[in-house]
Amino acid sequence: MTTLDDERPVTIAAGTSEGAQEMQARSESTPREVFREIGAVLRMSEADAAALDAIDGDLDEDQTMIINMGPSHPSTHGVLRLMLELRGETVLRCKPIIGYLHTGMEKTGESLTFLQGGTNVTRMDYASPLNNELVFSMATEKLLGIDGDIPERAVWMRMLLSELNRMSSHLLFMATNGMDLGAVSMMIYGWREREEVLRFFQKVTGLRMNHNFIRPGGLAADLPAGWRDDVLRILDLLPDRLAEYDTLMTGQPIWRERLQGIGVITRDEAIALGATGPILRSTGVAWDLRRDMPYLRYADVDFDVVVGSYGDAFDRYAIRLAEIRESMRIVRQILDKMPNGNYRIQDKKVTPPPRGRIDESMEALIHHFKIFTEGFKVPEGEVYVAIESPRGEIGCYIASDGSSTPYRMHVRAPSFVNIQALPHMMRGGLVADAVAVISSVDPVLGEVDR
Amino acid sequence: MIGVLHDCPTSNALGQDVVFVSRDRYLDVLGKLVADGFDMCVDLTAVDYLTHPGRTLPEGVEAERYEVVVNLLSLAHRRRLRVRVQVPESEPTVASAFGLYPGTEAMEREVFDMFGIAFTGHPDLTRILMPEDWDGHPLRKDYAQGRIPVQFKGAAS
Repeated sequence: MTTLDDERPVTIAAGTSEGAQEMQARSESTPREVFREIGAVLRMSEADAAALDAIDGDLDEDQTMIINMGPSHPSTHGVLRLMLELRGETVLRCKPIIGYLHTGMEKTGESLTFLQGGTNVTRMDYASPLNNELVFSMATEKLLGIDGDIPERAVWMRMLLSELNRMSSHLLFMATNGMDLGAVSMMIYGWREREEVLRFFQKVTGLRMNHNFIRPGGLAADLPAGWRDDVLRILDLLPDRLAEYDTLMTGQPIWRERLQGIGVITRDEAIALGATGPILRSTGVAWDLRRDMPYLRYADVDFDVVVGSYGDAFDRYAIRLAEIRESMRIVRQILDKMPNGNYRIQDKKVTPPPRGRIDESMEALIHHFKIFTEGFKVPEGEVYVAIESPRGEIGCYIASDGSSTPYRMHVRAPSFVNIQALPHMMRGGLVADAVAVISSVDPVLGEVDR
Repeated sequence: MIGVLHDCPTSNALGQDVVFVSRDRYLDVLGKLVADGFDMCVDLTAVDYLTHPGRTLPEGVEAERYEVVVNLLSLAHRRRLRVRVQVPESEPTVASAFGLYPGTEAMEREVFDMFGIAFTGHPDLTRILMPEDWDGHPLRKDYAQGRIPVQFKGAAS
C-alpha cells in the first residue's frame, strides 16, 4: 500500500491477475456476458443460432477448461493474451485481454505540438508507421484549412511512401504468417524482402521505422537522388520472389489444409463488428477507402480491390499477397506521374525556413525556433479523417481548442477493432488453429494498446 | 445536410456531417440511423471538455463536461456521420450501443477505462487497457500526466 497524496490510497496488486477483465467460468458469468462471448448477439439467423447450440451441447463445467495463450506466446505478435475455454481441443469461448503495451500515447499526444505529434503516432502501428503519420498530418491539415493546398509533389510522394509501406507491412505478414504455421523458411524470405523496402525508407527518411517523415504541410525532405532507380530495383526484384511465395505456400496442399475453412467470418459479422481491411474484404465486401472514399490522388491511379469469397484465413492470406502486387502496380504509375515542385507547402505558418536561410537571417532563425518550440496554433474545431492502412481503416480524431497542441487526439486503430473479431473466428475451431487465426488477423499490438 | 436530422440539431464541421443527440434519445436516434443505412460503427470515443468549456455548439445544445463521439459509416452510400452526445459530469452514464453495433463493445470499455463514463446495458463493463485495480481515469483532464508513478506488479512497496 503506497499513498500518493493524502486522500487517495493506491493499492498495488501482487500477482498477475487482471481481475474482472479475465474470462470467468460460466457459472460465474451472467448469461448476457456468455451470450456476448459466444457471438449470439450478432443478428444471426435461427439456423446459425442453432449451430451455436450444437457446439456448446450439454455443457458440464467439468468438461471444459480455461487456459491462457500469451501474453508472451511467440505466435501472438507481441503481448496479446487470449483466454480460451476449451472442451478437449475445441475452442468454445475466447476472450482477448489487452493493455500490456499501453503507454498512454493518446494522453501524451495532448502535450505534444502538432509538429511533434508525428513522432508519437508513428509508434502506434510500427509495421506501417508512414500511414499513421499520414492520417495524423491529414487531420491536422484539415483543421488548418490547408488540406487542399498541399503541393502536388508532396501528395504523390505521400502516396509512394504509403504504398511502399503497405508492401513492407504485407511482406512482414507473409513472414509471420509463414512462421506461425511452421513454414519457417518463409519467415526468412518475408523478412528479406521487407528489408529491401525498409532500406529504401532508410535512404529517404533516415530511419527504417518510426520515420516522422510525413508532417503537417508536406514532408520533411525531398526524395534523394537516385530514388527512382531504387524503387525500380524493388519492383524488378519482387515479382520473382512473390512467385516463389506462390510455390512455397499458395499452391501447396499442407498450406491450404491449414488455412482453408479456418477462422471463418461472415459478411454480416464483419460489418457488425466494425472489422475493416483484408478481414472485411475476405468476406466479399469490396470496400477499400482508397477507391470508395479516395484521398490523396488515388482516384488518378488504376488498381483493383481484391476480395475473397469464404472469409477464411486463406482468403486473408491471398488478399494480402495480391495487395502487394496491386501496390506495385500503383507504385509504377506513381513513378510515371511524379510531378516536380515543392515537397511541402510554402506557408510560413506551418513550414520552417530552409536550413540555409537560418545561417544568414536572424528572422529565419527566430521563425525556426518558434516553430520547433511553440509549434503553430490550429483553429478550434474537431475533425475525423480516415485512410486505408494495411490493416484496415485507420482514423484520426482531433479536437482542437485553438492552441498549438491537440486538445484531444484519438487514433481509431484498425487492429484494436479487428482483434474483437477473434472470438467469432475461433469459436468451434481447434486450439491448434487458433494460431492460424490470430496470424490471419495480423494485429499490431502497439496500435491495439496505444 | 442542413438543419435537423431525426429532430436533432446538426452542424457541418469542415465538410463533415455532425449530429448532436441528447442523452435520452441516443439509442432511439442510433436505431433510426441504422435504418438509414449507417451499417458500421467505425469509432466510438470521448472528449473531456473540462478546460475548454466554450466550444462551438449549435443552438439548443447545452455544453456538458464530457462528450461521447461516435463515427458511423454507411458502406452503401459511402457516407460518414458523426454523432456527438453531451454527458454531464454529475452523472457520467450513457446507454450502450452494443445492441445495435456489437463492435462498440471494446470501444465502450476503452472510454469507460479512460474517462470513467459508464455505459448502461453493456455486457461486460470492465477496464480494458489499464490494470483492473488502477486508480482514476487517465484521459480525464484533471488527471495530470506523470502524477502517478509507474506501478510494478508484485514489487515490494
